[in-house]
Amino acid sequence: MISKRSEFFAGLRAQIPLLFGVIPFGLIYGAVAINAGLEPAAVLAMSLIVFAGSAQFIAAGLFGTGTPGIIIVLTTLVVNLRHMLYSASLAPYLRHLPMRWKAPLAFLLTDEAYAVIISRYQADEEGSELTPNRHWFFLGAGLTLWVTWQISTVVGIFAGQWAPLEWSLDFTLPLTFIALVVPMLVDSPSALVVLVAGVVALVCVGLPYNLGLMVAVSAGIAAGTLLEGRAAHVQPVRERDTQ
Amino acid sequence: MTIWYTIFGMVLVTFLIRFSVIALLRDADLPSNVKRALRFVPLAVLSAIIFPALFVSDGTFDPSFRNARLLAGIGAALVACASKRTVLPIVVGMILLWILQAALS
Repeated sequence: MISKRSEFFAGLRAQIPLLFGVIPFGLIYGAVAINAGLEPAAVLAMSLIVFAGSAQFIAAGLFGTGTPGIIIVLTTLVVNLRHMLYSASLAPYLRHLPMRWKAPLAFLLTDEAYAVIISRYQADEEGSELTPNRHWFFLGAGLTLWVTWQISTVVGIFAGQWAPLEWSLDFTLPLTFIALVVPMLVDSPSALVVLVAGVVALVCVGLPYNLGLMVAVSAGIAAGTLLEGRAAHVQPVRERDTQ
Repeated sequence: MTIWYTIFGMVLVTFLIRFSVIALLRDADLPSNVKRALRFVPLAVLSAIIFPALFVSDGTFDPSFRNARLLAGIGAALVACASKRTVLPIVVGMILLWILQAALS
């Protein structure tokens, strides 16, 4: 059995490639939010307790233009709606846990954490079996991201405008996602999901509040499920032929 | 002062969305057709982030061979296919991007 400690550090290590994208993002967030006229305590508080990068960015912009609070909260809701899909996707792997575990893990559920955690759990499930201490992997990955986000926010607040944009470090995010997606391409339905979700995301790129992502994800899942359903109908016939 | 109420509201909606299904799913398992659909969530989400990051540069759709991010992304995908590793394609992709940006500019 893999120890809690090893699981925790495996989660930490799995998160490292993504930090190259998270650090500049946090720096820019801190700088942009300060320049939008927010007080440093509010800028940091959003990182500490909201902990949702793109929602924080949008909120900082809205605060700066004097948007009513209720609109900012509703916008946050729409922007973060995709996290409900992550919650549903990870729930079967965490359902044995008590609430004192579920609540903090849910708090740490960001895009970057979800990406590494679900690819680990799905690989375990297809390979041999799920490890009993797998929630420690989640905690290790999530906390690594949370701590990094706080540090880069603080540096961004103080450093103001500085961020080495010409290094294109934001590109490490899609690169890491590519490295995670490729091993998941196990059959034709999964390839179709990638194609449909990707193309629909391109078509919907202009939609506000990350809504394009929700449309693309729904389309991709629908396409994959349909193809899988047809394959399941075809398979029994093929089995009969070989007998 | 109202800014703190707003931030508290943001905390609440963000947490409740993330907690929703994780909190509700306890003894019962999800229906098998829902589980089958959920298997595709990571693929769909990651692809929906990857494609615009590769094909859209400066707000415009650019599928040409002068798009450094697209070429570097394809290179990283090929390395991921061949090596089945996580870190190597990221490193190769970043180096490719820097070389291509220098070459294409």
